Order: sequence, then C-alpha cells, then structure tokens
Amino acid sequence: MSAVTDPSIPTPEIPVSEARSFEGYVSAMPVDSQAPPASTTGIIGWLRAHLFSTLGNTLLTIIFGVLALYVIWGFLSFALLDATWTGADREACLAHSGRELGACWPMIKERLAYFTYGSYPIPQRWRVDIVFLLGAIGLVWVLWLDAPRRDVGAFYFFVFFPVAAFCLLYGLPLIGLPIVDTDLWGGFLVTLVISSAGIVAALPLGILLALGRRSKLPVISIASTIFIEVARGVPLITVLFVAKVMLGYFLPERFDPALMVKALIAVALFSAAYMAEVVRGGLQAIPKGQQEGASSLGLGYWQSMRLVILPQALRITIPGIVNTFIGGFKDTSLILIIGMFDFLKTVEVAVEDPKWATPVSGPTGYLFAAIVYWICCFGMSRYSRAVEMRLSVAHKR
Amino acid sequence: MIRRPSRRARIGQWVFLLAMLAGAWYLASNAADNLARRHIAFGFGYLANTANFDIPFSLIDFGPDDSYARALLVCVLNTLLVSAMSVVAATLIGLLVGLMRLSSNWLIRNIGLAYIELVRNTPILVQIIFWYVAVLHNLPGPRQSLHLPLGVLLNVRGFYLPVPVMAPWSRAASLLALLLVVASPFVARLTANGKSLGKLALAMPVLAALLFAVGIDHVDAPSLTGFNVTGGVQLPPELAALWAGLSIYSGAFIAEIVRSSVQAVSQGQREAARSMGLKPSLMLFLVVLPQALRMMVPPLTSQYLNVIKSSSLGAAVAYPEIFQIFAGTVLNKSGREIETFAIVMAIFLSINLAVSAAMNAYNRRVMLMTAR
Repeated sequence: MSAVTDPSIPTPEIPVSEARSFEGYVSAMPVDSQAPPASTTGIIGWLRAHLFSTLGNTLLTIIFGVLALYVIWGFLSFALLDATWTGADREACLAHSGRELGACWPMIKERLAYFTYGSYPIPQRWRVDIVFLLGAIGLVWVLWLDAPRRDVGAFYFFVFFPVAAFCLLYGLPLIGLPIVDTDLWGGFLVTLVISSAGIVAALPLGILLALGRRSKLPVISIASTIFIEVARGVPLITVLFVAKVMLGYFLPERFDPALMVKALIAVALFSAAYMAEVVRGGLQAIPKGQQEGASSLGLGYWQSMRLVILPQALRITIPGIVNTFIGGFKDTSLILIIGMFDFLKTVEVAVEDPKWATPVSGPTGYLFAAIVYWICCFGMSRYSRAVEMRLSVAHKR
Repeated sequence: MIRRPSRRARIGQWVFLLAMLAGAWYLASNAADNLARRHIAFGFGYLANTANFDIPFSLIDFGPDDSYARALLVCVLNTLLVSAMSVVAATLIGLLVGLMRLSSNWLIRNIGLAYIELVRNTPILVQIIFWYVAVLHNLPGPRQSLHLPLGVLLNVRGFYLPVPVMAPWSRAASLLALLLVVASPFVARLTANGKSLGKLALAMPVLAALLFAVGIDHVDAPSLTGFNVTGGVQLPPELAALWAGLSIYSGAFIAEIVRSSVQAVSQGQREAARSMGLKPSLMLFLVVLPQALRMMVPPLTSQYLNVIKSSSLGAAVAYPEIFQIFAGTVLNKSGREIETFAIVMAIFLSINLAVSAAMNAYNRRVMLMTAR
C-alpha cells in the first residue's frame, strides 16, 4: 500500500460519507470483524478444542477421565478420608466404623524421629540438626544462581561443610563431642550422607575418567574405558556386595573400614563411571577449534583443560550431572540390601513392628517413603530443568 | 626434567601402568595372604558340590540333590525370564504412555505426564517393595481368589494362569511352528523372480500359530480344590512384584524416549508428508514413526540393559534370581566369596555385552543415513 501513502502522487480527497459507499463494488474501509462463535471461546471453547474435538477424542476423554478419577479417589480415600490420624497402637488403626481401612498415620508420626536419625543417640541428635541446617544454607548458596559471593559459597559447601559435618556427625573428642559410631547412624541421615558424599567424590573422579577415556595415550584410555564399562555393566548391588564382602580380602588384615565407608566407596566409584559418561558427552560437544585455539595460545594439556575446555563442557552438562545425582539419590535405597539402616530400611523396620502390625501398615509406610523420595527427586529435577532453560537462553544470546 | 610434552606424556603413561600393576599385585598378595590364613583354596571346583537346598521357583527341574552349577543355571534362567517379561511389558507401557504424551487431548496428555513424573521420581526399590508388601501381601487367600479375565486367578500366593497342554504327537508341529516364526524375518528379505516374498513372510507366523493351536490337547485352567488352587501355572508374588516394579518404572523412561524421538523427527518431514496429501494417520505410520523408531534404538538399548541390571533387586523380595540364590544362599553355604562374585560379574557383563551387541547390530541396519 506504499503507493497510497506516497506523497508525490496526489491522493484525491474522498469525503467520509462517500468512502462508506461502494466504489466499483469495492469497499474502501474494512468491515468490522465478527465476534468469534460462542463455542470456540471461553471454557466451552477450550473444552471443545482440547477434550471433545472428535467422537474418538470424546470417548477417550471419558474413559481416561473415569479411570483417573477412580485412581485419584482411591488414593484420597486411603490417604485422607479413611485414614486414622491419632492413636497409640495398632488398635486405633483397626477401629473402623464400617469404612474401609485407611492409612495409619500415627505410626509414621511416632517413628518420624527414627526415620530421620536412625539409632543416633537421642542426647546427641542436635548435632545432626546443625549439620542439616549448615547443609541447607550451603545448598541454597550454591544452587541459587544469583546468590552473592558464590565463590565463597562453593568453598563453604565443598570444603568447609564436609569437614564440619564429619566432625559434628562422627564426633571430635578434642572439642568435647563424643564419637558416635557409624553403625548407629540411620534413617534419612544415612541416605543423605551416602548420596551427597558419594556424588561429591564421584564428580572429580568422573571428570578424570572422562579425560582418561578421551586421552590419546593408549594405556590410560584403555584403563579408563575398562573401568567405566565394567562399572556400568554390573548392577549397583554387585558393587555394594563386593565392597562389603570382598574389600576385606584385598586389604591388609589390620585395616577393616566400617560398612558405611565401604558403601561410600562403592557408591562413589559406581556413580563416577556414570558421571564420566555424562562429562564425556559434554567434552565431545565442545568444538575442536577450542582445543586448537588453546594450543595455539601455548597452553599445555592441563592448562587448556582447566581454563578452556572443562568450564565450557561442565556448564552444558549441569542438567546431566543433576540427573546423575537424582539417579544416585534413588539408588542409595539399595544399601538396605547390604544391611545398612538407610531411610527405606527404617521404614521397613517400622512396618514390621508388631505394635503397629495391621493390613495397612505396609501400604502406609511405603506410601510415606515414596512421597518423601518423590518430593526430593521432583524438586531436583525441577531445579535442573530451570537451570537448563537459563543456560539455553544464555546460549542463544 | 623432560621438556617435550609428548615424551613426558608417554613416559607418564608407563609410570601409570607400573603403578597400576603394583597396586594390583599388592591387592592380590593381600588376598592370597588372607585366603591362606583362612585356609581357603581358590578354585571353581565347588560348583560341582551338591546344593542341599531347594529353589521355590524354577523353569527347569531342580532338587536338593543337584549341584551348585545347576542352581546357577536355574537362577540365571529366572533372571532372564523376569528381564524378558519386563522388557516386553515396559516397551508396551512406554509406547502407550509416550503416544499419550503426544496426544492432542489435554486430559490424556497430562495423565501421561503425571504417570511419568510420579514413577520416575521414586526409587525402583520402593516401587518393587510397595507392590510386594503393600499390594500382593494384602490379597485374599486362595479360597477368596479374585477371578480375572481369561480364567486367571489372583490371590496372596500369586497369579495362576491357564496353560495349554500339548498332545503328545504335537511336538514336531510345535517345532515346525517355532522354525517358521524364526525364519520369517529372513524370508521377508528374500526375492523370487524379482518379486519380494514379504507377503509370504507375513503369512508364516499365522501358519505357525495355526500349527501350534492344532497341537493343543486341552487347556489346563487353574481351579479351586479344597484350600488351594490346582492346575495352571503359578506366577509367585515375588515374580509378579518384580515384574510390575520393573515394567512400570522402565515404562516411564521408555515413554520419554518415545516422546522425544517422535518430536525429534524434523518438522519438514511432516510438512512434506502433508503437502503430498497424506492423511494424519498415514503420515504417522509411513513418515514419522519409521524415522522415530530408528532414533529410539540407542537409548532403548541402555534402558533394556538397565532392566536386566535392576532385575537383581529381586533379592529384596526374595525372588530366586542370581543375587538371591547364587550370591546369597550358595555364597553362604560354600563361603567362596571371590569366586562367586567373579562369576556374578562375568554373567552380568556377558548378558549386557550380548544385548548391546545385538541392539548395535540392529541399530546399524536400521540407522538413518544422515545419522552416520
């Protein structure tokens, strides 16, 4: 329409009254648009477009809607409507007035401290609370991407916090904290200790293994590949059992680490293999020009890795690392098979306690365990997705 | 010091190799010392010893008089059985939920999402124990068995399935049927007189099914006799719980693989299909799915390997698989720790290598040209 607005061509002045008339059967003014049909707007329109667009879709909506309602109703009536909320023992949870048996929540309430600390001595439990508090501060500091002084935060979380946590949890008689044997640790504390310490140890190990696998030196690359593939080729239980049963054979007789330490070593080595593959994926995504650029600046292998390649590779693998951590967190539940009292084991103990033995103690206990694990893992996966979005935005710029 | 980096690296790796060998030698000498002190001789001869225990569920005959080696065979077969059942079920669940996630129907899409988010964020061990303790243990006794469709009975002792009993003369027919099924994919690739034999290959499994059906003498259906269920085949609750846990958990991961592969088929392919006038259903089956299926193969492989490895969690519900029987009962009775774990690791590694080799071979055949 540039011709109309071109000032060089004189536009004939059309009076408004004439503009509305038809000139050569063509309207000079657009006709007002009609309101959309009522059936495509608002709630009804949305429902039509998304749920009842065709006959087949309508049928599917009804079938799956009924199914979903059935499942949700079943869950709600078990967990809330028919549930028992107060009571001292199994009688309370069996007392139903003509209703179905629901969840037995007083069992969970009574055992909540046990689920958290295991058999950690009650007078010393404040130490665990402080560790949880310190850990929460460090976690927020490190994970909140806009937090002030994140370098201090990283130092706090990766250096200060592990040392402080060890001194507090295990004890330091020097400053008046009596030693608490790791056999007494239990519950969520053990789950957290194994998963976080395992993964923190696995990250540097995994980076080394990934670099080793991509190394041009045959001995190092073969050794790393064999380690990675063997660890990924066997189930975690094998590694845990080997650590529990066989470590004793391969170490001198006087040296026998606690079960906790053995489990930690196993989880760290196992996660390191998976971490190595995640990091290798990141390393492969870095264009070759980056390495060549670093070499042409005169940087050696370790310098170019530390200053050029790894910062870029690790940045794009953050979601993968968090996913590995989620996997590791879920997998720590396996340590109950080698006889450690992690969170799931304490739930099992509570479920089997004759004081609360009812048909609903099993469903209640494992439902509770599932909800706790779900909240942790879902939170982590949300966080990883948020970071991923942020990184992809930064990448586009 | 040595100046040239390449030479330094080469010397470094030999130093590394020496250090590794020294470490291995140190560990081995420790092990030898410890074994000598405990008067244990290293060797695999103990596998021939009599087991003196029974296995509650086995695919082949097993009694207390059989050897440890046969017990190993029984539990390897049990592991393979539950892995195969779970791989099939998880693939079906994954396909269904993955397609639900792609549906244009808001409700169905979000039910799929809810399933995936609920299942993926809970440990598989919790799920297996949940099915075992919370669901299957709370089922009614044999007298109040639940009657499921197709004559299946369900009670606290597990599932009871009807099985066809073959007439004695039908062995040859069944073998022939099996042969037909195995041969059909090969026939499909043959050509005769320039014409493809694809149609014949499709008919072969149908023929096989007919052959098999003819050989059925009668169906042995489970029924309630006295206080117990007789007849049919019993799936113990341990197997059912492990199967349910593995399939439901892996199904969620496979659903994500299906969804991401279908979404990864480039938009241009869909537009081209539409501009050629293909209906949406034809577009899905002729253009989108064939390409998506090829993209799915590598992630599916690692998911299948995960299923096989996770089947070792059967030890938590006492399903007689490798860990429960061989690294459990046999280990406790024989005390051969090093040998037992060497065998267990070797078995898992070889199963994994075999599966990934097969899947890689398949992947090479179907891989998209552009992906090379």
